[in-house]
Amino acid sequence: MVYWISIILMGIGIYGLLTQKNLFKQLISLAIIDTAVNVFIIAAGYVEGGKAPIYTKALPSFLKGAFVDPLPQALVLTAIVIGVGVLALGAALLVRVKEKHKNLDVENMKGVGE
Amino acid sequence: MRRLYAILIAAGFVYMMLSFLGVVPGYGNIDLCSRVSSSFLLKDVSEQNAKNWLMAKGLETKSIEKVYGEKNKEDGCANVVTSIVVNYRSFDTLGEVTVLFTAALGVGLILGGTRRKKYGLLPNFVFRESTRILVPLIILFGAYIFVHGHLTPGGGFPGGTIIAAAALLLYLADEEFFLSKVSTGALEGSMGGLYVIAGLLGLAIGGYFLYNFLPTGRVGNLISSGIVPIVYTFIGLKVGAELSGLITDLHSEEG
Repeated sequence: MVYWISIILMGIGIYGLLTQKNLFKQLISLAIIDTAVNVFIIAAGYVEGGKAPIYTKALPSFLKGAFVDPLPQALVLTAIVIGVGVLALGAALLVRVKEKHKNLDVENMKGVGE
Repeated sequence: MRRLYAILIAAGFVYMMLSFLGVVPGYGNIDLCSRVSSSFLLKDVSEQNAKNWLMAKGLETKSIEKVYGEKNKEDGCANVVTSIVVNYRSFDTLGEVTVLFTAALGVGLILGGTRRKKYGLLPNFVFRESTRILVPLIILFGAYIFVHGHLTPGGGFPGGTIIAAAALLLYLADEEFFLSKVSTGALEGSMGGLYVIAGLLGLAIGGYFLYNFLPTGRVGNLISSGIVPIVYTFIGLKVGAELSGLITDLHSEEG
């Protein structure tokens, strides 16, 4: 079920990238795809009834089915940080585009393609 | 017409991905013992004990040795995600921090200014005064998150983000507030440098980059797992300074 939701979210993001003319909406579409992929990777490591992979007093040793997979979580931690970097850089570029062309709509930008 | 094509392409992509779902194991149905993650969880990466592997695969899971509260379990991290991120894959994390640094540098180049942007909005009195109480608490909580990164969920990246949230609160509460770029830049640069120095010390002492050269202690204690909490403190301060600098760039203008 979570697989389905994340794949449908990826589809929504691709649809947004292809149809939206506003550059900021395209950036949001990229962020949606990013989140969907992260959800997919996390879901691939889920164990039914598993807890967070942290050794505590209640869970002192490795038992079958007690923990979820820690490796996808570690990889997604990297992916989230890189997503933040992409989003920040894209938003900064859009601020400059808006200042120069007065509009974020690709078809209504001033001084482009004239 | 364009929307129709877009729907077709998106639907084709969704169909392609859904057809891959037959290959991946069902949701929640995976066998951790047959994955490499079991050796991360058993803290058995450098030895790859056959006994442990068999025990993990077999049914005698009860006889597997305790990890919590024991000594000399490779890195001694109670949190296995932190163990992977800062111990086994620490070089990858160094690259990740570099990517974040490059993004912050790019934002600084594009938006950088020397003056605080004024919005002409006077913040609410309650908001202004409560910010003075909240900011130290938020910074303390961020520090707690990254110091306890090897014991509880969280770590350097969430802790740094919480510290940057304190900076954002200060920017929203005060029209005059402006963090100097020298301070955030110096903190960021020195912390990145210390991370590399910790790695080089490991190279000198243990023979490979980012080797965990300090005693690991007992799993679950605050002073344990060698250089992991130290490196996570570096990462937390670096990410906090970096994101604070990024917020400064977003709130500044040239002139």
